[in-house]
Formats: sequence, C-alpha cells, structure tokens
Amino acid sequence: MFNHLLSLLIWLPIVGAIPVLLAGSGRPNTARWIALVVAILTFVLSLYLLPMYNTADSAKQLVESHVWIASLGVHYSLAVDGISVALILLTTFVGILVIVGAWEVIQTNPHQYMAAMLVLEGLMIGVFCATDALLFYVFFEAMLIPMFILIGVWGGPRRVYATLKFFIYTFFGSIFMLVGLIYLYLKAGSFDLATLASLPLTMQEQTWLFFAFLIAFAVKVPMVPVHTWLPDAHVEAPTGGSVVLAAVMLKIGGYGFLRFSLPITPDASEAYAWVVIGLSLIAVVYIGYIALVQEDMKKLVAYSSVAHMGFVTLGIFIAFMLVRGAGNADAAKLGMQGAMVQMISHGFVSGAMFSCIGVLYDRLHTRQIKDYGGVINVMPWFGFFYVLFAMANSGMPGTSGFVGEFQVILASFQANPWIAFFAAFTLIISAAYTLYMVKRVLWGDITNPHVAEMKDINGREWLVLGAFAAGTLVLGIWPHPLVHLMDSSVTQLVTQLGNHKI
Amino acid sequence: MANLNDILILLPELYLVVAACLLLLLDAFMKPEQRPLLHWLSIAVLLVGVYLVVEGQPSQAVTAFNGMFVRDGVAEVLKVFALLSTVLVFVYAKPYLMDRKLFIGEFYTLTIFAVIGIMLLVSAGSLITVYLGLEQLTLSSYALVALNRDSRLSSEAAIKYFVLGALASGMLLYGMSMVYGATGTLDLAHLHMAATQTSMPNLLVFGLIFMIVGIAFKLGAAPFHMWIPDVYQGAPTAVTIFIGSAPKLAAFGMAYRLLANGLGDLAHHWQLMLACLAVLSLAIGNVVALVQTNLKRLLAYSTISHMGYLLLGLVNAGPEGYASALFYAISYALMSAAAFGVILALARAGFECEEIDDLKGLNQRSPWAAFLMMLVMFSLAGVPPMFGFFAKLLVFQAAIHAGFLWLALVGAVFAIIGLYYYLRVVKVMYFDKPVEGTEIHLQGDVSVRLVLSLNVLALLVLGLTWGPLFGWCQSVFVG
Repeated sequence: MFNHLLSLLIWLPIVGAIPVLLAGSGRPNTARWIALVVAILTFVLSLYLLPMYNTADSAKQLVESHVWIASLGVHYSLAVDGISVALILLTTFVGILVIVGAWEVIQTNPHQYMAAMLVLEGLMIGVFCATDALLFYVFFEAMLIPMFILIGVWGGPRRVYATLKFFIYTFFGSIFMLVGLIYLYLKAGSFDLATLASLPLTMQEQTWLFFAFLIAFAVKVPMVPVHTWLPDAHVEAPTGGSVVLAAVMLKIGGYGFLRFSLPITPDASEAYAWVVIGLSLIAVVYIGYIALVQEDMKKLVAYSSVAHMGFVTLGIFIAFMLVRGAGNADAAKLGMQGAMVQMISHGFVSGAMFSCIGVLYDRLHTRQIKDYGGVINVMPWFGFFYVLFAMANSGMPGTSGFVGEFQVILASFQANPWIAFFAAFTLIISAAYTLYMVKRVLWGDITNPHVAEMKDINGREWLVLGAFAAGTLVLGIWPHPLVHLMDSSVTQLVTQLGNHKI
Repeated sequence: MANLNDILILLPELYLVVAACLLLLLDAFMKPEQRPLLHWLSIAVLLVGVYLVVEGQPSQAVTAFNGMFVRDGVAEVLKVFALLSTVLVFVYAKPYLMDRKLFIGEFYTLTIFAVIGIMLLVSAGSLITVYLGLEQLTLSSYALVALNRDSRLSSEAAIKYFVLGALASGMLLYGMSMVYGATGTLDLAHLHMAATQTSMPNLLVFGLIFMIVGIAFKLGAAPFHMWIPDVYQGAPTAVTIFIGSAPKLAAFGMAYRLLANGLGDLAHHWQLMLACLAVLSLAIGNVVALVQTNLKRLLAYSTISHMGYLLLGLVNAGPEGYASALFYAISYALMSAAAFGVILALARAGFECEEIDDLKGLNQRSPWAAFLMMLVMFSLAGVPPMFGFFAKLLVFQAAIHAGFLWLALVGAVFAIIGLYYYLRVVKVMYFDKPVEGTEIHLQGDVSVRLVLSLNVLALLVLGLTWGPLFGWCQSVFVG
C-alpha cells in the first residue's frame, strides 16, 4: 500500500467523494461524517510521508510511474520532494478544517459541498505530486471545476460574476501554457519534467515559454496586474472556498514557477527576473495600500493575500539575481527558503483569517467592517484568536508570518538594498491595514445592537481556529522542521538556477 | 463484373440495405402498438452491422468494384463509430418520438439509409462513390429534418437545408468535373498519381477549391455554415442529435478521401485554405454562440467551432494530423450525442427543453441530469480531465507540428471565449433557482437513463484512458 502512497493520497478523497454524493440530500449528517472520515484518513496517510521521505536526499522520492498514453509517451508519474511534501501536508490539514468549518454552516446540499471539497483536495494533491507536465496540467485545470461549483452554488450575491471571472481568468492563463507545453513536447518527445528541464532551448524559445508560464502562474498566484479575480472570488466564495483558495490554491502558482519556469527556462527567467521582482514589489506596496482602504473584511484579507504572495514570487526570483548576478548561493537559498516558508505560513494565516471572518459572517451576515465594533466584549475567545492571526498577518516575530518575510527581506538586501527597502514596507503597511481592521472590528464600543447578541465561538469553531493557531505558532517559534524538510530540495533548486541552457 | 469477392467486401453495406428494406416492410404490416419491437430490431440491426464491419475487416486495405469502394482501417473506425453513435440516437430518440406522435417506422429506415450513405462515403475509392454516398446521406437527412411535417419550423429548416445542400452538391460536382478534366480520372488512387503529372495544374487547383467548398458545407465550417443553426433548431431534437453526430464522422471521411487520398500532393494548396476555414469557424462559432438563448442553436454554433478544431488536425496533412482529426471527430460525435441525449431525456410532451433558461435550477430538480450535462459541457469546452480536452490537445499538437503555431494560438484564444457559453449552461443549471411552477425531470425508461449515463461517463473514463482509442486511430493511417 505504501508503494502507492501518492496515488492513494490523490484518489482517496476523489473516490471518497462518491459515497458522500450518494448519501444524498436526505441524509446530510451521513454525508458530513463520511466526508470528515475521508478527510481525516487522507491527513493521516499524508503524515506517513514524513517518515518515508528522506530529507537528506535531494532526488525526487516515492516515485510511481506507469505508462498512461503509450503512443505519446505520456506517463502517469508521481514523485515528491521536500517542497511537495510540505504543501501536501498543508493541503490535507486544511482539508479537514474546511470540512469541520462547513459542518452546520452549509445547509443547502451539504453532500455536494463536501464532495466538491474532497475532489478539490485530491486534485490539489495531484498537482503537487505530478512529475509529468501533461498530468500536472490535467490536475491544474480539473481543479477549476469543483472550485467553480463551490463559489457559484454556495457563494454570496455576486457569486456568478465572481466564479465566471475566476474560471475564465485561470483558463486564460493556462491555455497558453498548454500551447507552450505542446511545443516543448514536440521538441523533447516527452512530457517528463526532468527531461524538459535538461532540454536545450534558445533564448528566443525560452522567452516565449517563460511568458507562457508566467501568464499561467501569475494569474494563479495572483500577481499584479492579473490579480483582480481574487478579491471578487474571495468576497463571494463561501468561507471554506475562501480558505482553500487562499491557503492552497494560490500556492500552486508559486509552486508552478518552481517546477516550470525555473528549470525549463532558466536563462529567460534570469533575463526577465526584474519583471517579476518589479511586479512583486508593486504587489507588496501598492496592493498593501489598497488593502488599507477596504470596507469589506474579506476583500481586505484578499488584497493582503496578494501582497503576501508578492513575497513568494520575490523570494523565488531574487534568487536569480543572487546566484547569477552576485554568485551568492547562500543568500539565494535564503530567499528561496523564505519564499517556501512564506507559502506554508500564508496557508495557515490566510486560512485562519478567512475562517475568522466566516465566524463573524455566520452570526451577523455581513462582512462590512463598519457593521461591527466592540466584538471583543461579547466574544472574548474569538477576539483572542483574531488578534493572534492579525499579528501573524502583520508579520510579528514569534508567528509564522515573520519567518518567511524576514528571510526574503534579508536575501533581497544582499541583491539590492532598494528591493529590500520596498519589500520591508510590508512590515508597516500590513501592520497598518490589519490592525486598523482589528481596531474597528474588535475594539471600541458596541454600536450595533446585533453585535451585542453575538455568542462566542462554539467547540467546532474553537477546534478550527485552534488548529490554525497551533500551526501559526509552531511554525513561528520553531520553523526548523519545515526548513529542514525542504532544505535539500531548495539547495538543489538553487544549484539548478546556475545551469545555463544556451 | 461483380464477383463474389466484391460482394463480401461490401457485405456490411449490403446487409444494411436488405435489413432496412425488411424493416420498412415489417413496419407496413405492423400494428402501431407493436412498434417498440421495430425500435429494438433497428438497434439490433445496427449492432449486427458493427459486428459485420469488425469481423469481416481484412488485414490489408482491399478494394471492390474496380477501386470504386475501399475497405481499409480508416473506413472501419469511421463505420464502427457511425453505427454506434446511431445506436445512441435510436435509444435517446424513442421517448421523444413517442411523446410527439412521431414514433413511426420512417424515422428508423431513413436513419439507417443515411448511415448506409455514411458507410459508402467513408469507403469511397472514386469521386463517383463520394458523390453517391453523400447524396444518399443528405437526401435521407432532408426527409428526416421534415419528419414533423406539421411543424412550420421543421419544414422551413428542411427546405433551407435542401436548397443549400443542393447548392453545395452542385459546387462539389463542379469541382469534381474540373478535377476530372485536369487529370482524366475519377479514381482517387489514380488521381493521386495523376495530380502531379497534370498539364493543367491551375485547373486542378480550381477544381480543388470547389471540392473544399463542398467539404466545408458538409462539415459546417464557416463561411458555409449557414444551414447549421436553422437545421439544428428547426429539426425535431431526435433528428438533430443524428445530424449532429454520425454525419460529422462522414464529413471527416469525405475530407480524408478527397484531400488526402485524392489530392494529397496538393496539400500545400489546401492546407492554407483549411486554415482559413478553421479560423473563420472558430471565430464565428464561438463568438455567435455567446449570445444564443436557445440551447439547440447554441450547440449548433458550438458544432461550427468544433469543426474549426477538427480542421486544425487536417491542416497537418500527415498521418499524425489525420489521426488527431479522426480522434476529434469521434470525440465530437460522442459528446454531441450525449449533449442532445440529455436534452431529449429532459424533454417531454409539450416541453421541448430547448431554451437555456429551461434548465434553470436543474441541480435541485434532477441532480443526476445536471451532473451529466455539466460533464458534457466541460468536455465540449475542453477542460481536463474530460475527453474533449485530449481531443483538443491532439489537434493543437498536430497543428503546431506542421508549423501552424499561430493557428494553435488562435484556437487557444477561441477556446477561452468558447468556455464562457458552456459555463453559462452550467451556471443556469447549478447557480440559478428553479422557476416556480415548472417541472423538469429525466424522462424515459431505464434503458435511456442507463445508456445516457454510460455515454456521459464514457467521456470521463475515455478522458483518463484514451490511449488505446488514439492508438487505433493512429494505426489506421500508418502504411
């Protein structure tokens, strides 16, 4: 069974969705329990990755490879490295929390909601395991279908607009990647990512491919200026949808850069690193200011996600300047590592923030900041968690938000102090918009009579927020296990950056 | 003179002719309440036809009647899928026809005659057989479209189809006569050799252009697509489903016989013509579909765009391209049958279920029907892991390999535009509330539901395991 652990991780939730669907709308509780059991089983299975994955070995591990389409040489091939393991664990962890989080919140067709969540979880794990470009693409695109349904069926008033925008934006990005992949296939005769990575390409080819990949992943991350689908999708999505979107789906964009842009088009990535770095800094500074003026809590956190994901792309591409420009591999590794830690950390923090907003929304059915005020008086436990996550979001030392950002800023300082200067702006801006929101929502007097009637979080909500809080704190105080897990993979990526293809 | 061997090669076609005539006779002596027997018999006739096609398939391509008729791997694949998709048509059509008092023997015999036309067309070894098969197919189709003779819309569609179809046939014949004039032969194999040695290359290309017009009309590629939306909408849905599935395979077969077998050496001429047709079809099909409110019309424009993608494969003009186009035709026939199958299964007496808004809130009324339709829509849109995605992938690959990268990019852009209207159908089914006071449920007996579910799930399963099918498509073009 453990020879096929990765396949099992992918297919267990997807197949598990079938009994959930069959449980039907007549027995919503059966459906919920089956979904929970499947999610927990998947999480437990994913924990087996930790002992089975050898952190000292930088090669891809737990390899599974079967011929899928013989005539095209396409393989169903899966493997993981440290980065994938970390992201898979994040996915399965969040997978449980969204099921628990939606327990009584979703009342219409809960079986369909749970099934869509499970399918989505399986497909996301597939994205992190696939080592065949076509297989990756299939998971990458198939993921849109359950998310489209999740936002469209259980979302807010403008859900149709938001979900169509989400689907079409992402599809737009990825179809050019598909054309690029076909081009690569015709050149290399294989969709295998390792083969593609060693394929020599001229600068012109690399440039075209780089931009094809950039469109695909920039939409997913999302980067300025193609980020506009994210606030809409987040605002309209149900809480669980927002959590998965922010915690895991955005990471797939960053992950894509690592698996496609860096190894396949290293020279073009170096030549156009300034584009990505520039856009990342715009995301950090400008989007931060936009977050400051938001009236809607979800929109605020959505913009803050764009800003924080800016650190991920910054960390990845600053490594190019460091390795190739300054020959400083240590700093490059630091930046890359920071980007990875930031991905995981943002998974916890943004997931937690959206869960918090979900808790408030379930009580008052509004996300407008002005409708709240003085919540701490009636919901002390909630206030505790909310402040904790707000601190993590503004990057306070001791929380996970600090670690990644600090590493990226340190690395970028060694590339160019000005980049570090603008990146460090986040410490001020993110603190400003997050704390300003906390001030208006939690503190002050109760002005809205409905707020006075709000009840503190129940056991189920406590569990979800507590789990997120544990993740945030553990990662913030003791990031070593995570860093160690990804260390050999990051080192290898940084070495790869130095390989010229022309 | 015809000898026994020729007869044996033609056995599936001859068998179907005899069977169709017997069915016609049987129908004449049958009481109306016995008609379901005719339905099952027709399905059995087609299935036996599949058996005869596969069983009698020679290991090498053989010809009969002095090269007029070719029985090779390409013909086999096309015939098998044409027959199978017609079986699907018969299964889905029955409840619809019964509800509308159209449950008559002519539907079955005319459809089988049309299928015989398809089989002749895809096995054509000479320009005459191409024309013969084509006319056999289209004449039966004209009558089928007018099946509901009391409906004005239906009759109008039939007349429109007939007039435009006759015009296209005329164009094709004119082109054939020019080609004959330039080369002095009607036989496609001889034509292939004569095409390079002709003393009148301009005349040959002139004829080629007219033949391409005929092919484009049959495919429904823009700018020769005018008949498609009206016929799709006007014809009874039970007939639309037929016109939308098996004849697309025939159109591919016709294009392959004429362009590849006959005028393969003129590829550098027709590649660019097909590329232009492809761009126009993609543009007109996808953009006009955006504003449709009628589901059948929407699927009609979607057909036009899909024919654009099929042409992307043909543009390659090599075995790889033909294989991908054949694969695309098969996938489209299956998807189209499934899409209209869901519409047929939801329609009932007095309710056609042809407006997109009719599907409002379908997920709350009939979750299974909504789920099936959703899968079909994502497959048509080309979203992985559905079958339709891989068909698109292969034609893109064929186009890029032939140096038509720009064409693949155009195809990609229009895939994004096209995505919107497929998503709109999903949106209506899943996100909108059902209209009060309306009912919408899956109709029909167990056989309809079972076959429909299998048909749609096949789109998902084939999306995961399309290797063998594509391998088959590839093998028939090798050597």
